[in-house]
Amino acid sequence: MSSEEKLMENFMRKIEAEEKIEPKDWMPKAYRKNLIRQISQHGHSEIIGMQPEGNWLTRAPSLRRKAVLLSKVQDEAGHGLYLYSATETLGISRAELIAALQDGSAKYASIFNYPTQTWADVGAIGWLVDGAAIVNQISLQRTSYGPYARAMVRICKEESFHVRQGYEMMIALAQGSPAQKALAQDALNRFYWPALMMFGPHDSESAHSARSMQWKIKRETNDDLRQKFVDQTVAQIEFLGLQHPDADIKWNEETGHYDGGELDWDEFYSVINGNGHCNRQRIEHHVAAHEEGAWVREAMQAYREKQRNKAHKQAA
Amino acid sequence: MSVVLNNTAILEYTLRLADDSLILGHRLTEWTSHGPFLEEDIAMSNVALDYIGRARMYYGYAAELSGDGKTEDDFAFLRDEREFRNLLINELPRGDFAYSTVRQLFIDVFNSLYLPKLMQSNDETLAAIAAKGIKETRYHLRRSRDWTLRLGDGTAESHKRMQKAIDSLWGYTHELFELDELEQQLADQRVGVDNTALRAEWLATVESILSEATLTRPNDDWVVKGGRTGYHTENLGHLLTEMQFLHRSNPSCEW
Ligand SMILES: [Fe+2]
Ligand SMILES: [Fe+2]
Repeated sequence: MSSEEKLMENFMRKIEAEEKIEPKDWMPKAYRKNLIRQISQHGHSEIIGMQPEGNWLTRAPSLRRKAVLLSKVQDEAGHGLYLYSATETLGISRAELIAALQDGSAKYASIFNYPTQTWADVGAIGWLVDGAAIVNQISLQRTSYGPYARAMVRICKEESFHVRQGYEMMIALAQGSPAQKALAQDALNRFYWPALMMFGPHDSESAHSARSMQWKIKRETNDDLRQKFVDQTVAQIEFLGLQHPDADIKWNEETGHYDGGELDWDEFYSVINGNGHCNRQRIEHHVAAHEEGAWVREAMQAYREKQRNKAHKQAA
Repeated sequence: MSVVLNNTAILEYTLRLADDSLILGHRLTEWTSHGPFLEEDIAMSNVALDYIGRARMYYGYAAELSGDGKTEDDFAFLRDEREFRNLLINELPRGDFAYSTVRQLFIDVFNSLYLPKLMQSNDETLAAIAAKGIKETRYHLRRSRDWTLRLGDGTAESHKRMQKAIDSLWGYTHELFELDELEQQLADQRVGVDNTALRAEWLATVESILSEATLTRPNDDWVVKGGRTGYHTENLGHLLTEMQFLHRSNPSCEW
């Protein structure tokens, strides 16, 4: 057996035994690459996800909601930070990660290409988008790469807060004036399907799924996770007294799950491929902030060097 | 003086402090997702959250004092521009990072002097709000001071931007240290603070930070005032339009 084969055997043994892979451990190149792709995509989603909700920060209708929203958006920035740090343990720099986001070679969750047109969208995002994210993230707490798994544990705690706050906002709207209730229904109608698509294509169509499952980067399939989300959402919609956006939703005695209508995958791919309302806007916003901040980062660097030289002179 | 009259004065005083905090907090939220890098984006949201939290405490107390069932949101969302009493410096636009840094520095140094005095207020609620605020302000000041040093003594460009921001903001700092009749009366009663007494130390602190940062203190020949009488710059109307529209478009709704 070559030494590479031995390393591979040891790696697979750890994976089988549910041991975590740590940054200093040997790992196959493709595992590393796959992780960088997935964790950075996850991190980018947190960062780009700040924008649609941030869109309502200056317009939140009460002081309490303003504070709650700001602290949520700030949490998302923090999640981005943990995830970037986890990605950096794989030997890629923050600057490289940002460049990949900005030139389009790295992706982020396509859900954030949908516009937040009304205040109710903020509630729908907390409830449905963070809700879908958490279904995925709970399963990722058991992912095989240690830093990623640990980041997920931390993140999940905060995400469950976001889901509760989002749902609580939807309750206030659904139980409010007729106009407020209409806002809630409209937001649900627009965000339900894109939220289901957050789980990715059907398993049969998913390019990265099989390998990721084998390496235990992913722990459950796209379709299984999506089904969990569909199932848990039915009762929540009912409690709100809103109409389910899927007219075909129906309990299946045999499977013990809800069956729903087929998703509009053409629309999904069209948005992924750039035709969403906000694809260009989100990246342009990120680029603009980054460029606007360039002189600040340069000054920080220059100051640090000056201080270092001063200390050097004093020591000499 | 009757107790009722004094309550009205304290209510007015509290609203002024609330407006200062809310308007500045609102301006700071405009940085979220626009920060120069991720860690700093998070830190600015933190400061914004502190100010919005402080505003809520002041408005909550004002609501209590008004005693007519008003809520914090009534004060924040249902008053017009002419009724807002924040000092002008808080309502000026976000500007670039240098501008926001300098504004924070001026206000942080001010609050680091003002809040310890307010902590000694005869009014227990105001004293308690100040006690919570001073902890936040000490952290804010550490940040704005560090940034002033870095940017002032960083690159030629950062230095230029900082000096420009200082020159553009200096004229708005004078009204931080003024007292009108109501504030004078409350200062005499040891409810409010005598802001005029804070200027010397404020100047000394700011001057020493600026000079360490290789920046220059402008002279005092340019003075803009009016916040406490509701005589605002054109910026506030636009800020309120954005902030209040949703609340006002659905009157008497719960959110
Ligand atoms: Fe998140
Ligand atoms: Fe979240």
